Amino acid sequence: MANLLSIITFTPLIAAGILALFLRGDDEAARRNAKWLALGATTFTFIVSLFVLFGFEPLDPGFQFVEERDWLLGLQYKMGVDGISVLFVMLTTFLMPLVIASCWEVTTRVKDYMIALLVLEGLMIGVFCALDLILFYLFFEAGLIPMFLIIGIWGGANRIYAAFKFFLYTLLGSVLMLIAMIAMYLDAGTTDIPALLAHEFSSVPMRVLGLNIVGGLQTVLWLAFFASFAVKMPMWPVHTWLPDAHVQAPTAGSVVLAAILLKMGGYGFLRFSLPMFPIGSEVMGPLVLWLSAIAIVYASLVAMMQQDMKKLVAYSSVAHMGFVTMGIFAANRQGIDGAIFQMLSHGFISGALFLCVGVIYDRMHTRDIDAYGGLVNRMPAYAAVFMLFTLANVGLPGTSGFVGEFLTLVGVFQVNTWVAFVACTGVILSAGYALWLYRRVVFGDLIKESLRSITDMNGREKAIFAPLVIATILLGVYPSLVTDIIGPTTALLAETYDVATANFVLQHDVAGADH
Amino acid sequence: MTPIILLAPLVGALICGFGWRVIGEKAAIVTATAILFLVALLSWIVFLSHDGVTQRIFLMSWIESGSLATDWSIRLDRLTAIMLVVITTVSALVHLYSFGYMDQDPQWREGETFKPRFFAYLSFFTFAMLALVTADNLLQLFFGWEGVGVASYLLIGFYWRKPSAGAAAMKAFIVNRVGDFGFLLGIFGLFYLTDSIGFDEVFAAAPAIAETQIRFLWTDWNAANLIAFLLFVGAMGKSAQLGLHTWLPDAMEGPTPVSALIHAATMVTAGVFLVCRMSPIMEFADATMTFVVVLGALTAFFAATVGVVQTDIKRVIAYSTCSQLGYMFVAAGLGAYSVAMFHLFTHAFFKAMLFLGAGSVIHAMHHEQDMRNYGGLRKKIPLTFWAMMIGTLAITGVGIPLTHIGFAGFLSKDAVIEVAFAGNTAAFWLLVIAAMLTSFYSWRLMFLTFFGTPRGDRHTHDHAHESPLVMTVPLGVLAVGSVLAGMVWYNSYFGDDHAIEEFFGIPATETVAEAAGHGEGSGDITELGEAETSEPVAYAPPGAGAIYMGPDNNIIDDAHHVPVWVKVSPFVAMLIGFAAAWLAYIRQPALPGQWVGQLGPLHRFLLHKWYFDEIYDTIFVRPAKRLGTFLWKRGDGTVIDGSINGLAMGLVPFATKWLNRAQSGYIFTYAFAMVIGIVILITWTTIAAGN
Repeated sequence: MANLLSIITFTPLIAAGILALFLRGDDEAARRNAKWLALGATTFTFIVSLFVLFGFEPLDPGFQFVEERDWLLGLQYKMGVDGISVLFVMLTTFLMPLVIASCWEVTTRVKDYMIALLVLEGLMIGVFCALDLILFYLFFEAGLIPMFLIIGIWGGANRIYAAFKFFLYTLLGSVLMLIAMIAMYLDAGTTDIPALLAHEFSSVPMRVLGLNIVGGLQTVLWLAFFASFAVKMPMWPVHTWLPDAHVQAPTAGSVVLAAILLKMGGYGFLRFSLPMFPIGSEVMGPLVLWLSAIAIVYASLVAMMQQDMKKLVAYSSVAHMGFVTMGIFAANRQGIDGAIFQMLSHGFISGALFLCVGVIYDRMHTRDIDAYGGLVNRMPAYAAVFMLFTLANVGLPGTSGFVGEFLTLVGVFQVNTWVAFVACTGVILSAGYALWLYRRVVFGDLIKESLRSITDMNGREKAIFAPLVIATILLGVYPSLVTDIIGPTTALLAETYDVATANFVLQHDVAGADH
Repeated sequence: MTPIILLAPLVGALICGFGWRVIGEKAAIVTATAILFLVALLSWIVFLSHDGVTQRIFLMSWIESGSLATDWSIRLDRLTAIMLVVITTVSALVHLYSFGYMDQDPQWREGETFKPRFFAYLSFFTFAMLALVTADNLLQLFFGWEGVGVASYLLIGFYWRKPSAGAAAMKAFIVNRVGDFGFLLGIFGLFYLTDSIGFDEVFAAAPAIAETQIRFLWTDWNAANLIAFLLFVGAMGKSAQLGLHTWLPDAMEGPTPVSALIHAATMVTAGVFLVCRMSPIMEFADATMTFVVVLGALTAFFAATVGVVQTDIKRVIAYSTCSQLGYMFVAAGLGAYSVAMFHLFTHAFFKAMLFLGAGSVIHAMHHEQDMRNYGGLRKKIPLTFWAMMIGTLAITGVGIPLTHIGFAGFLSKDAVIEVAFAGNTAAFWLLVIAAMLTSFYSWRLMFLTFFGTPRGDRHTHDHAHESPLVMTVPLGVLAVGSVLAGMVWYNSYFGDDHAIEEFFGIPATETVAEAAGHGEGSGDITELGEAETSEPVAYAPPGAGAIYMGPDNNIIDDAHHVPVWVKVSPFVAMLIGFAAAWLAYIRQPALPGQWVGQLGPLHRFLLHKWYFDEIYDTIFVRPAKRLGTFLWKRGDGTVIDGSINGLAMGLVPFATKWLNRAQSGYIFTYAFAMVIGIVILITWTTIAAGN
């Protein structure tokens, strides 16, 4: 079983291929077959990925399950996971069957929808497993296409605008990243990621267009990667594509987008920016910390005023991703652990919240908060689930939402108390927008005529939420499940970062800079 | 035994929350209540048999990241033991009481099941509160802290049909979060300073922290003062101290048993508990402690003034709670932690009883809560009347001056006031005035409710009836506590140094051994007890007992030696308050109306609760909403999207055409052909290369 990672990457892709090539017609039977095949493929992928998880040796901070093959044009095909990536793979494989199940009632172009989701899954797993720059880039960029189509074809009324905003934003960053990757290849002579991690990029100050750039090549490369990952996260102020994309995307699209796709930015920071360009990170770190703190406050305030439920959850995602970038660039053990934890936890929680919106959207076909009120009267099970995830979103201790927020704040407090102070107001603001949303939608008497006959969640919907509920509470009560796996890798990461930057600061001090 | 005490209520909550569908409604709530009584029994056993030595029980690891390692664990010392009996006793009685109170509830419609949910929340609350007091590190304490916050949120909003209940629930949670904001920063700071958030490590480091300067925001601070202040901000929120008190009166939207349990006896005292728990840090934070004293005294005074004009029976008691919490903070702030705990302990009994008594009145009066519509209920509901009478005697502090004989509040409140005189004269005067006002509004409540002629709806008055046994029995039990709790435990909390030391497990002053690392911020305190006695030192190190009082903290001693007039002053204040209330509500019922006429502006000021809600709305809530809208429309809309759109404008017409075709299928097929092509290519080369 040496090629487990390839199996889980290509199973969904092959399933998509089978659907595309062999499934004909658009009748009831064809749709059912498409859905069952997709569900089967994603479930199979999940089961196989469990072997990766259980076979993973947590104490080893290096890459495991490594596959290396020659590939066309002299490029290499290399896959592998370490403590940082293995759980993102798991997150993806865990969520995808739920996502497929959540679109069971979709009737338009079901086959194509399933193909898009399956392709997306394969590409996302590929992103987290790729250990070659070119391979990573292919997966990373190709992932745009299915998401773009999901929004553009199965989305809401204004989907064209949203799809293009999404596409343009992310593409813009990608171009810069590609150029940086070429520069890296030229500098290091390899596209092998482990080799690049060992390579030390120059940090000698350089002059570009008359500007003196501290940190030299590292800073420049860092900026290029930042352009791409910051958009993906998304960080303030390049976040405005996200609310539009979410609002227009179908439920499944929103779930994948929020739960998995956004994590590619954070993963990129951890895989490339921090370990490969530590000096660049050190130079630009304060900027990121401040952008993150601003994102938390800004997005929370904006979220509070939303009338559209999905927009509200989308802005809350921006705020939560602020904790992630803050933790990563605090660049210490707690910060990085917290950032990874926050991303995983946000995968469950935001995914569940979008599903919560989807449940009532399926019934009422509106996301307008004012159209609801008093749902608890007729939907007690829904009210309970929604409550749990609202509280988890608010970061209640005992749910997974708390651990990440807490650790990232602990991490950043050691670096910059101002940022910690500003970011920490997020705990107040998140309670504000989340509970207000809940109150307006769920509490109160059921007055609106249109809601009189609304029905509670059915068995399928409950079955989709059950794993998410378990995951959210389990990770909140026993986070060691995650921290034990990521720990050794993040410890090494933080350590190498410290060594690299300590030298740099030393040189800087010698040069007479004031610290 | 303690793990059972901690976890059993959680089991009860789960049975009520989910199991009732299987075992039935009645069986579920009976089980939960039975569990609570068992737990209360165990707690009393623990409390009475506790020898003062701190025990630690490890349950499970929790958040671990590098040097940050936290556990789920139990710390059992005197502070915990006190809280255990308070929480479980009141909780068990409230569970029982709720059988009667929640039996018929006009808020609910035919066929709606609400009781299991209510009991589930109550039991969950109890669990969270127990997790708070048994915590062995700040993070678990914070878990309990937030857990009780959620339980409080759910219970305040229990009547979810009422819009006011939803609003009050939200307000409670958010205002508490403001406090938590400070609390969290305090935790971060402690971790930054000591590399740990376990109590033992933090306490051991306390003297070192006091010597440290920490950079926070714009300047350097004394670390102990800063940490103590940040933690106290958390306490302010939870314990409804002036500034963050606005949620407590609104919290009365919840069912009355909730008010008794959460918003009187237990949750709101968590802040006091926190200050006492962190006494090793607090002892080194003089500036912060002064702030605690001043704020506590102001709260006691402020809440008492507002309580005077309230007409809703529950709101009167709510302000009274707020005010009494101020007393506790004054004591804690002056370093008399044992006295703060004493008042917390006695207050739990009589305040819970006053709330449950009020609930009984409300129950009798068909959910009428306005005292102006009561009157003359003495004969109708005699048991409730006598219970309320005992509660009132306890809270106003009736007893024989200069002896240790009196109702619970007499002993504990007078202790606080004596401590205040010894420590801070301004606080002393504020507390005495507050005591007078307390007496006034408490008797006002009694007179308006039980004396005079019936006012309000005739029909309701005619049908007023005594509550069932399940409601009056808890009242009786609490009445016993309200009478005896002060006298029985006076010595342990406010006796001589030796009695207090023994009760709180502080190593006796003469025999403490100098342990390695004392005062250095390192060294394992758990081993102190066994350490070889080499040379005697005068005082126990921080963390050796349940509370820590520094070498120059003689507040208890000083309090015992205050002048006689000081010791009598609360009693006199109480008499004045009583006389004024009697005059205004029995003797000359027209008097209050005249006062209102003469003191119009003052009355309005009090009626609007010093305008706190209005001010907060103006300076926080509305600007936040405006800012949110501004950032959304202008920031996101005009500035960011404006620039992006400008950039993209050239591309959009092209884009639209492209996607329109995508929809019709052509481009879709192309795109997928492309993707699938890549997929096949990769797959093929992989397999080919693999062979």
